Parts: sequence; C-alpha cells; structure tokens
Amino acid sequence: MNIVVCIKQVPDSAQIRVHPVTNTIMRQGVPTIINPYDLYSLEAALQLRDQVGGKVTVLTMGPPMAEDALRKAMGIGADKAVLLTDRFFAGSDTLATSYALSMAITKIAEDEPVDLVFCGKQTIDGDTAQVGPGIACRLGLNQLTYVSSIEALDAKAREITVQRRSEGGVQVLKTKLPCMVTMLEGSNTIRRGSMPNVLRAGREPIKTFNAAAAGIEDVTRCGLRGSPTVVKKVFAPKPRADKAKLIDTTNRPTSDIANDAVEAIFAAAPKLQTDLVGRAAQA
Amino acid sequence: MSDKAAPAAAAGGSRAGMKKELPERFRDYKHVWVLIEMERGVVHPVSWELLGEGRKLADKLGVELAGALLAGPGDASTKAIEEAFSYGADLVYLMEDPLLADYRNQPYAAAMTDLVNTFKPEILLMGATNLGRDLAGTVATTLATGLTADCTELAIDHEGSLAATRPTFGGTLLCTIHTLNFRPQMATIRPRVMAMPEAQEGRTGRVVRHSLVMAESDIITKILDFIPDANMDKAQLAYADIVVAGGMGLGRPENFKLVTDLAQVLGAEYGCSRPVVQKGWMPAERQIGQTGKTIRPRLYIAAGISGAIQHRVGVEGSDIVLAINTDPNATIFEFAHMGIVGDALQILPALTEAFRRRLAVNRLAG
Ligand SMILES: Cc1cc2nc3c(=O)[nH]c(=O)nc-3n(C[C@H](O)[C@H](O)[C@H](O)COP(=O)(O)OP(=O)(O)OC[C@H]3O[C@@H](n4cnc5c(N)ncnc54)[C@H](O)[C@@H]3O)c2cc1C
Ligand SMILES: Nc1ncnc2c1ncn2[C@@H]1O[C@H](COP(=O)(O)O)[C@@H](O)[C@H]1O
Repeated sequence: MNIVVCIKQVPDSAQIRVHPVTNTIMRQGVPTIINPYDLYSLEAALQLRDQVGGKVTVLTMGPPMAEDALRKAMGIGADKAVLLTDRFFAGSDTLATSYALSMAITKIAEDEPVDLVFCGKQTIDGDTAQVGPGIACRLGLNQLTYVSSIEALDAKAREITVQRRSEGGVQVLKTKLPCMVTMLEGSNTIRRGSMPNVLRAGREPIKTFNAAAAGIEDVTRCGLRGSPTVVKKVFAPKPRADKAKLIDTTNRPTSDIANDAVEAIFAAAPKLQTDLVGRAAQA
Repeated sequence: MSDKAAPAAAAGGSRAGMKKELPERFRDYKHVWVLIEMERGVVHPVSWELLGEGRKLADKLGVELAGALLAGPGDASTKAIEEAFSYGADLVYLMEDPLLADYRNQPYAAAMTDLVNTFKPEILLMGATNLGRDLAGTVATTLATGLTADCTELAIDHEGSLAATRPTFGGTLLCTIHTLNFRPQMATIRPRVMAMPEAQEGRTGRVVRHSLVMAESDIITKILDFIPDANMDKAQLAYADIVVAGGMGLGRPENFKLVTDLAQVLGAEYGCSRPVVQKGWMPAERQIGQTGKTIRPRLYIAAGISGAIQHRVGVEGSDIVLAINTDPNATIFEFAHMGIVGDALQILPALTEAFRRRLAVNRLAG
C-alpha cells in the first residue's frame, strides 16, 4: 500500500496577527502543532501499513518551517516526508491548496502509484473541510469523508470498506482504491513516537518540492492569484452593548435567588412558560 | 435532458449602479440557490434556514430564489417541494432518481454540477453538514469557483457581490470573503446559524425537472448498509428548545448530574464546553461552540462556563442566555442576558427545585 497523508502545520495559540495590506494571516512567531484532526488520519494510515505492508508518506504545503511538522510525523512512524514550499503558494485558498497538493501527490505517484490519500476532517485554522474533497476531485479518487472506522482493506481486490458518519446514521460503504479518506475525531488514538523513529526523523533528509518540482507549470493557478476567493476584511467580533442583568445575590438564600431567576426568565419569555406548563401537564 | 424551463428573468433594476466586471462567460449567472438536503426521505432543517437567508439575498439582488432538490423517487420530494415554497422558494429544481435516494459523492456531485452548468445560479448555498461539506468541496473544485465554508453572516455588498463572513483562527477573528471573478459564489453555513423562517402556507412556485444521466454501474462506491442512529440517546442539541450546559467550573464529572437534573425538569437537552469533552466527562456530541454544535434555543443556561469566543459563537442565536459563574468579571456576562454571580453547585439544584415547584403549581392551577 502506498499511502500519502496530508498534514498541515497550524498555530497552537490565539496569538494571531493579520497583514495590514493583503489581509492574510501572518504565521511568524506563533508556536505551531500538527493539525489535531490530521493525527487521526495519520494513525489510521499507519495501522493500515502495519496490517498490509507498504509505506506512509506525509505531505505538507507550507513555509520551510513546516518541516518540523513532517519530522514530528516521522517520529510518530511515517516512513517518508515531502515538503511542498514555494513563495508562489502564499495566500492559497482551498481551491489553490488542493491544486498544489494534488500536483505534488501526482509527482509522488511517479515513483509508485498512490493507493490511498488521507486528509484530516478539517483544519483548526482554515477550518473548511474542503481541501480533502478538492484533492479527491482533482485526482479522481473515490471520496470517503467522516470515516469512523475502516472495516476492511482488501489489497488484492483493491477494495476498502468503511463506516461513514452521515446526518441520521452510519453508512457502511465499500469502494475501490485509489481513494481519499478523512477520519473522524476519536476514531483512534495516535501512537507515541518510538525512540528509533524519533532518531530517524531527526536525521532523514526531507524531500522538498518547489512549484516546478511538483510539476506545476502555470503558477498563476497557485497562491493568491490562483484563489477565486478574496479576503476583503478581517476584524474582531464586536462586543454586545448591553451586559447581563444580574440577579441580586447579596445576603439572600439560594432558593430566593433561584426563584428570582425563574421569574426573570418567564417575564422575558411568557410563551416559554405557557409551553413548559403545558408540557408538564401532559407528562 | 432537461425541460430547460429557465426561470423568467427577474427584474434586474435593483442592480443598476452596481459595478460588475464579470468575465463574459458568467454574465448569464443569475438567481440564488439553496441545496435542499434530503437524506433517506428526511429534509435537513438547515435547508429551510438557508431558504430564509437566501430570500433576503435574492430580494436584495432582485432575482429569484430556487431550491435544488436531489432525491429518490417518492412522496417525500412532493412534500419537500411544498415546504420549500412555503419557506420562500420561487421555484425548485428537482432531480429525482433512485441513485439519489442515499447520499453518495459521485452521483450527487454529477447531478449538482450539471444543474449549475445548465441553469447557472450566481449564488449557491449549502448546509455545512457532513453531506453539504462532502458535496460542496467537490462541486466547487469541478466548477473551479470560490467556496466560503462555515459562514456566519451573508450579505450583498454595494457591487452586488456576496460578502460571506466566517470565523477564522478558531473564532478569534472574523473575516469577510468574496468570490469576485467566478460563478457561482458558493458558501456553506452551519445548521442553526441562520434563523428558521416563518412558513407561509399556500405559497406556491414552479418545479423544473432535470434528469440524472447515470447508471448504478457507473458508481464506484457501493452502500452495503445503513445503521440509523438510535434516536433515544443521541443529543438533539442543535434543535432543542432549552439547553442546560456545564463547564469546567463544575469541577468534577459527578457534578454534571446537577446539569442533567435541571435539564430533565425542563425537558431540555444538556451540553458542555470543550474542555469538559477533552477531559472525557461528556461525549463529543454534547460539545457546544465553534468546534461543536451551534445551538439556538429559547433558553440557554450556562453554568461554570467562562464564555470564551469559541463557545460564544455557538450560542449567540439563543433567545435568552442565563449565565451562572462565581467570577463577576467572567466574559460570559458580556453576552448573557441574565446572570447569577454564584456557585453553580448551589444555584443549579436551587434552580431545579424552583422550576419544579413553579411548573407543578401552574399545573394544579391550570
Ligand atoms: C480552535 C479552538 C476551538 C475551540 N472550540 C470550542 C468549542 O467548540 N466550544 C467550547 O466551549 N470551547 C472551545 N474552545 C475552547 C475555549 O477557548 C475555552 O477554552 C473553553 O470554552 C473554556 O471552557 P470553560 O468555560 O468550561 O472552562 P474555563 O475557561 O476553565 O472556565 C471555567 C469557568 O467556571 C467558573 N467557575 C469556577 N468555579 C465555579 C463554580 N463553582 N460555579 C460557577 N462557576 C464557576 C470560572 O469563573 C470560569 O469562568 C476552542 C478553542 C480553540 C483554540
Ligand atoms: N497546507 C496544507 N498542507 C497539507 N495538507 C493540507 C493543507 N491544508 C489542508 N490540508 C489537508 O486538508 C485537510 C482539510 O483542511 P481544510 O480544508 O483547511 O479544513 C487538512 O486536515 C489536511 O489534511
């Protein structure tokens, strides 16, 4: 099984700054982690590799420092890592990101065809859940999102069976490889890095692609220029004018405070009281 | 393969003065569409919430509002179409086919892309549900257009472009995103972010049928089984009338019984803040906020919750927020309507008792 896992390095804290001119996010100086949702997908990929053999390549698009995320993933157990980095990628939206990543995956597949691509359910910074489906669509991969468990992988028949969360229940789906999978949070527990892996992760050279190396000829499809969406404004949520009306609590028994609160609620929402009483009467 | 009953060109007058520099091939893109999300015969209510919002956008632009319904054959779609009209749709594009009875990416994406290419909407809204997110990413990529995910506010700017506002960086900031040179402008919106519109009985509209050109043998992914959720123990938080939630201020997992006791007396759903889930004190489906459920109850009682922005964005649609917190400076008092500065471990049981007595008295009196 040749498996690619797309991971993203994301800021760990809320210390965010916004570029005053381009209105894009400036990531410098903020501590980073691997996007937490990507770890469920990485673990699922490692389990499949351990089960049927093959290798797991982690892929990220980002600034040169995103190499840290790749080394961390290798410490956890990934076999190889590819860093996709180029100034042309700056300011990519989901369409441009999925384009660049799919080109890199195509490049990786030149050595050996890729059977499975894993993405996180969503990122905690972009938070769009769109890059995975974008990659699948571009590469013509069968798409399995929100997977809660991988039931079976038949390497010979090249078929995978999974449980997928849908709105009203769980779909049991079977599809052909190659496919793109996103795992649901809580679907597994990420393993700890082992000493040999951590040592290897520190030493191993990381393959770096710029746009040209990833086979991207037309760089206008990347970065800001390749992004149909335009961020026009970034702003802080505005505070509400009127603050909470506080129930008087000075030197009063708790039961009185509670009664006052109930009064205040029902005074503000008389219909709610009628409905509640009606419901209580039926019970 | 379609009836090609393109919608009557709506009054373009209101657009006068709006600057438009769209590439030639997008000139025909008009009207606002909402995906009517139907799975196994059940319409997800986010569809009606989006029709309510879509109506406002369509009126602002002076165009029509259409629902796009992809469904298996059956009575369910007839009922869904009637409802779509009552919630504001002028017309419904209907693709009815056995292959669309259950959701799968491939036939849905093919159907939706074909509808868009044939009838050319300028704005396409979908719910940010598992289905909507799975589908929107594919459709936007195929059409090579912009998609803004998880919007919390939609507006039309002075140039007639969709201004889609969404939280960014875990909700610490908001940003407004435009798709200027591509069509349609796509956006997904989470359930309960937009208000449910009033249904207008007797309102009708047109149905435009379009067929899906696909056979089961074309579809690579097969559905082996569907395991419906046992509704009993699944949190119906998003659509609950009353929600009682606890945060880290409750201190210990045992104390969440005070939350569930109050919820029971009120016939309410219960929930929690994110660290409570991370501690394993409550399951993930009970989490309220940015990365959990958005709720819109008539009454929200939050006990021992500080009111971080990520929590706030999930509860802002509540009619009444009552906060209980020992810290008079807790941020939650900045957006709650009512507050009790006090120990939730004492206030919660007292509230449970007060509500119990109040409801019992009224029952006897009534
Ligand atoms: C990307 C991202 C996404 C996030 N998503 C979410 C989300 O979806 N939902 C969410 O809730 N959070 C989310 N968070 C976390 C959020 O930032 C806060 O950390 C979290 O909401 C705090 O939870 P809390 O209020 O329960 O705990 P705390 O912040 O620890 O607050 C506890 C509160 O209880 C009060 N208290 C203490 N003792 C008592 C007592 N006896 N009685 C009454 N009050 C008492 C304290 O004064 C304090 O205000 C997210 C964070 C990030 C970075
Ligand atoms: N820059 C990136 N590099 C590698 N993978 C990415 C990148 N951006 C997004 N992804 C993948 O796509 C998933 C969804 O991202 P998003 O659409 O931003 O929510 C992530 O969990 C990653 O697996």
